[in-house]
Amino acid sequence: MTTPVRVSMTVNGEQQTAEVEPRLLLVHFLRDHLGLTGTHVGCDTSNCGACTLHLDGDAVKSCTVLAVQADGSEVTTIEGIGTEADLHPVQEAFWEHHGLQCGYCTPGMIMAGVDLIAKNPDPSEKEVREALAGNLCRCTGYHNIVKAVLSAAKEGAHA
Amino acid sequence: MTAVEQPPAQKWVGQGLRRKEDPRMITGKGRYVDDVVVPGMLYMAVVRSPEAHARIVSIDASGAKEFPGVHGVFSGEELDVAAPLPMAWVPPGVEVKTPEHWPLARGEVKYVGQGVAVVVGEDKYAVVDAAEQVLVEYEPLPVVVDPEKALAEGSALVHEDFGTNKTHEWSISGGDLEAAWAEADVIVERRIVNHRTAGAPIEPRVCIADYRGGSLTLHLTSQNPHLIRLFMAGELEMTEDSIRVIAPDVGGGFGVKIAHYAEELIAAWVSRKVGRAVKWTETRSEHMSSTIHGRDQIDYVKVGAKRDGTITGLDCRAIADLGAYYTLLTPFIPAFTGFVISGCYKIPALNFTATGVFTNKMSTDATRGAGRPEATHLIEVMIEQLAAELEMDPLELRRKNFIPKEDFPAEVAIGIVYDSGDYHGSLDKLLENLDVEAFRREQAELRNHPTHPVYRGLGFSTWMEICGLAPSRAVGPAGVGLQAGFYESSIVRVHASGSATVYSGTAPHGQGLDTSFAQIVADRLGITPDQVDVLHGDTGTGPFGLGTYGSRSLAVGGESIARSVAKVADKAKRIAAHQLEAAPEDIELTGGKFAVKGSPEKGLTIAEIAGAAYVSMDMPEGMEPGLEETTFYDPENFVFPFGAHACIVDVDVETGKVDIVRYVCVDDCGPAINPKLIDGQIHGGIVHAIGQALYERIHYDDDGQLVTGTFVDYALPSAADVPSFETDRTETPSPVNSLGVKGVGEAGTIAASPAILNAVIDAVRPLGVSFLNMPLSPQHVWSQIQLAAGRDVPADPGKQGGSWGEHGSGSAGSGPTSPSEGGGL
Repeated sequence: MTTPVRVSMTVNGEQQTAEVEPRLLLVHFLRDHLGLTGTHVGCDTSNCGACTLHLDGDAVKSCTVLAVQADGSEVTTIEGIGTEADLHPVQEAFWEHHGLQCGYCTPGMIMAGVDLIAKNPDPSEKEVREALAGNLCRCTGYHNIVKAVLSAAKEGAHA
Repeated sequence: MTAVEQPPAQKWVGQGLRRKEDPRMITGKGRYVDDVVVPGMLYMAVVRSPEAHARIVSIDASGAKEFPGVHGVFSGEELDVAAPLPMAWVPPGVEVKTPEHWPLARGEVKYVGQGVAVVVGEDKYAVVDAAEQVLVEYEPLPVVVDPEKALAEGSALVHEDFGTNKTHEWSISGGDLEAAWAEADVIVERRIVNHRTAGAPIEPRVCIADYRGGSLTLHLTSQNPHLIRLFMAGELEMTEDSIRVIAPDVGGGFGVKIAHYAEELIAAWVSRKVGRAVKWTETRSEHMSSTIHGRDQIDYVKVGAKRDGTITGLDCRAIADLGAYYTLLTPFIPAFTGFVISGCYKIPALNFTATGVFTNKMSTDATRGAGRPEATHLIEVMIEQLAAELEMDPLELRRKNFIPKEDFPAEVAIGIVYDSGDYHGSLDKLLENLDVEAFRREQAELRNHPTHPVYRGLGFSTWMEICGLAPSRAVGPAGVGLQAGFYESSIVRVHASGSATVYSGTAPHGQGLDTSFAQIVADRLGITPDQVDVLHGDTGTGPFGLGTYGSRSLAVGGESIARSVAKVADKAKRIAAHQLEAAPEDIELTGGKFAVKGSPEKGLTIAEIAGAAYVSMDMPEGMEPGLEETTFYDPENFVFPFGAHACIVDVDVETGKVDIVRYVCVDDCGPAINPKLIDGQIHGGIVHAIGQALYERIHYDDDGQLVTGTFVDYALPSAADVPSFETDRTETPSPVNSLGVKGVGEAGTIAASPAILNAVIDAVRPLGVSFLNMPLSPQHVWSQIQLAAGRDVPADPGKQGGSWGEHGSGSAGSGPTSPSEGGGL
């Protein structure tokens, strides 16, 4: 084991500092050190996107980001965008349109959807499908995920 | 509970309610096994074989044991479990050669990815480092990966002791096939390949075994926790009561989480050995090599028909590649193809024979559809091949041979009785949503475009399946020989204040059954689904159950709940009758109250009745207190969903790339409990089949190396690769259960692949291509177009063996085609 290094980042608005192995993945820092288990790991090769979160305002796959690379950054995870009592419009739309089944890809899918709408507030179906191409779902066939993202965009989720 | 639903204008059943499961999942508060932390737990890493077949000469764990934080390294010989991993099929009168399947290799490895040793330690990264220091010396042995070559004389043997790679032969048949061929004017024969695929849920397998104080708690990604407990009790020589298996939120299964795997047994054994909880989390590469695969069947199919289209007989000889060892149901899966070999059709003579084969690969077992997608695929492809041969409209050919509505319940030639169906009605409705004549005009215009011709095609699949597993008498030891019954348990418990807890022996993992079960119960108690909590997947909370697979959870598990709640409602009526001084038979549930017929205003709510049963005791003389009932429901028959699917594709004849332009379908799973969930199951099922038809293939090279070991190489379809779907339904109730329901979880997957394949053939038929196999990769489609034009195609790039025309089973063409780029970020 190599010498631990100090990382410091803002996670969902709270300052977090820890001593970690340099090779520690950001997703494991969040899950194992901070207990934020909403961000999932599905493939280890950044194909499935279950680990998608926002790093300084962009959606990234946290299974291929080292915790040390996020030093000084702002990280937002699924736990940081809405709560059961106050859902984000994209979360609400996934619920309303049955955009999830087993729920495992869902946090990453929602974070990718939020990122898309922030950058393209009025996407076409084709644009939604292309924007979500880095997030795999084995349950829904994407039909209702696409419907949910389009609906959230229409409802003005970028605001 | 956050979901506050409005009172219904009508019944809860039938409404497309949003799901009870979702609030936690959309906020990142789901609880999957990998989210669970047991204080002091160790991590486990598995040392896996890089060889497809080899003798283990030595294992040197000394380096690994010196790693800081490592608590132990264990190999197959040290792992002294009392029994090997189970396989649960003993067909009467058929010998199935069954190798002992130990959780870690003993003496030899027989496929790439087989576990050889495990390392446990305190840090999840360090155990992987330590595992790399376990030095295993292998002496390679001959490898066989192609099942047809494995059956040939002189083949390398996977299990030397058996003297053959043939595992067994199993048949189901009826009618006189010789007469069928004699009577036929046309006979069509094809070799239809249903290549090996992966179930590939996005959540890999995970377990945490915690042995303490003589008891074992096992958190497990399982579709089947009760059976796992039963098996582990035997293997660990523990009593069943001292083991608790918990499947919390499970991130998809698609069949691959039914089986009992080595890792959960090893983790439990190690936990007991080292006195600490042990967690194992599968990597995706481990998933691809060491979690069961599906399909891998080569079907030699022969169908005969008269000139007018009347089918006289169908014969299918299936070669089923089972891999090196069996998991729970491995050799049984092809039998499922046999059960539905008649499809939607009245065929007087039928035979299906499966020959199982050992190869140096991971086991195959149940993945979504399990044998039935293979059946629909071969039947529906053959129907359109036959139609072309007869120069007949494929829909007319289907209509001519459909089992007519009035024949149900209908016994087909192999002796299986279909419960209910309306195949003509389903196809008629499909054609209301899809104008075939307009399509044919468009198709001709596109093809005839002077400068930019587009090759568009239309294919159909009129499918049926057998599900709702299962009547125990039919599939159990006295039937086809599975060593279990397939009933389902339930408890409906009304609490003193009138809300209810439902326990089901099923183990849902994404299907939304918490919601549909709650809808069923709410209607029958006069409460809302929010007032019904649904528990499952924990052997500590209720009686033995059989789990979730085989599209059984609603038709068997839901019916069990319906029966329990009916018993509760019956007792409630007797309590209401007592208080209202009426006869129980005069009490009805109306407007949320149990009231005397004709006097709804004076009724009692279930909360008032429960109050009487638990607290005030104002009940009939001699009645037991409490308001809770249990049911073990064993169905009388399977259920038989069906439908009609149509797919329109464009084929880029320059590259061979297939795009799905439109997908229209009508499915019938009986009366809808929650139509939103039905559509969701159909969408997902279709995309699973699109994956197999176009993109996915588990591929081993000739040396038995797994070429598709990650999601980089094994291409799941993404949102950019598939269209939105036009779904519709008919509702033909099943007479088998009181809800009238049939299963829907596997339907889309069972239905879709032949519609896609038939559409592609329809598109390229003008170019002389009259038959294709899956997967319809650009390379394969393009090369077939070239060959049909008399042009040579270049040799397959890369060391992958075989020719362009071959697929799967180690004799495939090039690696998979990637759909749109997956790693977009």
